[in-house]
Amino acid sequence: MPTSLANRFMDGLWRENPGLVQLLGLCPLLAVTATFVNGLGLGIATLMVLMASNALVSATRRWIQPEIRIPIYVLIIASLVTCIELIFKAWFPALDRSLGIFIPLIVTNCAIVARAEVFASRNSVASSILDGLVMGTGFAFLLMAIGAFRELLGQGSIFARMDMLLGGEPIHGIILNDGGWLLMVLPPGAFFSLALAIAAKNAIDRRRRETRNTLSRRTRPLNR
Amino acid sequence: MNSQPILKSGFTLAIIAAVCTGLVALTWQLTTARIAANEQAWLEQSLQPALSGLSFDNNVSESMIVLQPPHDLPGSVPAIIYRAYAGNQPVAALFLVTARGGYSGPIRVLIGIDVAGSVTGVRVIQHIETPGLGDRIEASRSDWVLQFDGLSLRNPEPARWAIKRDGGDFDQLTGASVTPRAVIKAIKETLHYFDANADTIFAAMAQSDAEEAN
Repeated sequence: MPTSLANRFMDGLWRENPGLVQLLGLCPLLAVTATFVNGLGLGIATLMVLMASNALVSATRRWIQPEIRIPIYVLIIASLVTCIELIFKAWFPALDRSLGIFIPLIVTNCAIVARAEVFASRNSVASSILDGLVMGTGFAFLLMAIGAFRELLGQGSIFARMDMLLGGEPIHGIILNDGGWLLMVLPPGAFFSLALAIAAKNAIDRRRRETRNTLSRRTRPLNR
Repeated sequence: MNSQPILKSGFTLAIIAAVCTGLVALTWQLTTARIAANEQAWLEQSLQPALSGLSFDNNVSESMIVLQPPHDLPGSVPAIIYRAYAGNQPVAALFLVTARGGYSGPIRVLIGIDVAGSVTGVRVIQHIETPGLGDRIEASRSDWVLQFDGLSLRNPEPARWAIKRDGGDFDQLTGASVTPRAVIKAIKETLHYFDANADTIFAAMAQSDAEEAN
C-alpha cells in the first residue's frame, strides 16, 4: 500500500514529528545540535534504538502483563542503548567522543518509551519497526536541520567534521565565513532554533489549511 | 491464589532481564577488542604532538606512571606521566595534568617537556570552555597553544609565565582571559615539577627495566 506508507512517513516527518509536534526528546535535541554532524550522529543512534526497541516491545507484547510493562520497556531500551554505545565506541570513536554522555542518555529520550507505549505495544512487529523508522527519521531530520542551522549561523560552516562519521582525514566542510554568531552555538541558540522550527511548521500548516478551506468553500459548505 | 500473577510477572521480568543482559554481553564480546584498539590509537595519537621532532625508541604509551592525588602536579585528580627514551637515555616526559580555574570546569592538558626542561608541545585534551571563545585553546581552532613550544622556565623567566594582562609574555584570547590563565598556570607548575623531579621520573623506568633484566 504505497499511499498508506507515504502517509506513515508524512506522520513521522511532519504531522506527528516527535520533536516538532510531540515535543519529546528535547534534552538531547537541544544539547547536541550545535553542529550538523552531531545532529546526524545522534539522529542515527536514536533511530537505531527506536527501531530495535519497537521491534522487541512488539515481539514480546503478548507475554507482558500490563502492570510490568514500564520496567520491561526500561530494561529493553537501556540494554539496546548500551549496545548502540558499544557499537559507536567500536566503529565511530570520534563521534562517540563528540556526543559524549548523550549516547547513553538516549535511554532518557521519552520519544522512545512513548512509541513503545503508544504504538509498539499494540501493533505487529513489522508495523512497529516501520513506526520506529518513520518516527526516528523525523527526529533525525529535525536534529540535522537544527544542527545545520546553528552551525551555519554560529560557526559559519556546514558539514564540518563529517570525518567523525565517515572516517579518514579531517573534513572541514564548507566554510562560508570564519566565525559566526556565538549565541547560536550556546544553549540559548538551541531554544531559539527549535522555537523558529516549530513556528515555521505551524505557519506552513496554517497556510495550507487556509488554502484548503478557501478551495473547499468554493465547492461545498464547510463542515465546521 | 493471589500470588499467581505476581509470580508470573516476576518470571517474565526475569526472562526478559536475562535476554537483555545476554544481548549486551554479546555486543560487548563483539566490540571489546575494537574498543581497546581505538582507545590505544587515540592515546598514541593524542601523545604525538608533544613528541614531534624527538627521536626515541620505546613505546611511550606503555611507559605510564599514574600519580594519585595529592601530588605536586596541577589538579586534584590522578596525573599521568609518560616517558620517552632513546636506548637508556631519557629524551622527554609527557604530563597529562588537569588545569584548575578554567571558565567552565577542569581542562585536561598534555604537556611535553624534554630532558633539558624545554616544552616540546602542549595540547588541550579535554575541556568544556565556551565554544568560540575559550575553545581556541584547542590546536585545531587556533595557534595559541603552539606558542609554548621550545620555551622553558629560563626563557621566559618564571614571573613572566602569565598572560600579558597579568604582566606576562603570553597572548590572552580575545574575550577569554580566564581560560588561557588557567592553562599557562598549569604549564608553569608542570615545568617546576619537572625541574624538581626529573631524576625520579626517568629513574623509575630504568629501575623497572633493571627489574625485568633480573
